[in-house]
Amino acid sequence: MNLWKDFNRGIIPENPVLRLMIGLCPVLAVSNNAINALGMSVAVAFVLIGSNLVVALVRKQVPDQIRIPIFIIIISTFVTICDYIMQAYYPDLYKALGVFVPLIVVNCIILGRAEAFAYKNPVLNSVLDGAGMSLGFALALGSIGVIRELLGAGSVFGIQLFNATIAATIMILPPGAFITIGFLMAGLNKLENKVQ
Amino acid sequence: MELFGIFFAAFLINNILLIRFIALCSFFGVSTKIDTSIGMSLAVIFVMTISSAVSWLIYHWLLTPCHLEFLRTATFILVIAGLVQLEELYLKKTIPNLYRAMGIYLPLITTNCAILAVAFLAIDYRYGFIQSMVYSLGVSSGYSLAIILFANIRERMELAPIPKWFQGYPIAFLTAALMSLAFLGFTGMFGL
Repeated sequence: MNLWKDFNRGIIPENPVLRLMIGLCPVLAVSNNAINALGMSVAVAFVLIGSNLVVALVRKQVPDQIRIPIFIIIISTFVTICDYIMQAYYPDLYKALGVFVPLIVVNCIILGRAEAFAYKNPVLNSVLDGAGMSLGFALALGSIGVIRELLGAGSVFGIQLFNATIAATIMILPPGAFITIGFLMAGLNKLENKVQ
Repeated sequence: MELFGIFFAAFLINNILLIRFIALCSFFGVSTKIDTSIGMSLAVIFVMTISSAVSWLIYHWLLTPCHLEFLRTATFILVIAGLVQLEELYLKKTIPNLYRAMGIYLPLITTNCAILAVAFLAIDYRYGFIQSMVYSLGVSSGYSLAIILFANIRERMELAPIPKWFQGYPIAFLTAALMSLAFLGFTGMFGL
């Protein structure tokens, strides 16, 4: 039951992007189509689950004063692995995501979970927490990606749904990201109001 | 002319906040007052210029000759974190006025992804030392321009009648969208 709670937390109640407003840069930057959004979510999930696992494993050996630099080294190891795997096997995706792959290292979600959760909890809970947070991140990123691609290019995951000439190109350009997340948040506020 | 192109592209056309979406946490976090946004801009200009110089030197003179390019992510983030601490100590001793203006923003900068991004981008674009200095100056000036303008708008918005669900972050995002649209107008200038 407790394990389920750890997994569930990141999906809705503490959704990193839409509730806590952290890790915004990649969400807005790579959500111009659904495939990029999926690729970024997988990369973040790999780093987040990996770093949570390792931090939970070594948490008893890590001295309190220098824990942050140690976390950063663990995280950057995973980011480097991810960077090189992507470069080797998915060069197109790597080119599309660009500098945002190495920038996962400063994504607040990852350091935040290492510090707030993995450092204080056993391995299994930490891995589940990482998985839940990654899923929450992927849901937010994916929904923004799908909305922008649909409105801006008339397609979803590259499948054309209607003629691209009548689509609002602005949605796949940078301003579209701000517009989408602004309306999404206003919608969530309204929903929350109704529930209360 | 080439240097001017690099500066202008980084300053307006590829504005780091509004077009490239890097360092957005600070863009929304410290832009509620004009004073705080000015303090943050000063700190970013100062730290970004120094850290991009140091990271360029480390990458080209240390990591490349030793074939350790894969260590760049880990190296850069540790170097930048250490550098910010040093700069804080140095400023406190030598220029206390400037230190007071930047104050609490200096430690926050360690987590500001713009600093790290500029270090990576200058390497990805294969810039030389002078070029990468001009580039980081352009990026940090663009950062300052965007965040100070945004803070001005947000201060005025406090008095505006905003629909209930849009109060707070949603309206801030929509404002940023309009600013981003305006910056998009610079695309294609000087054939960049």
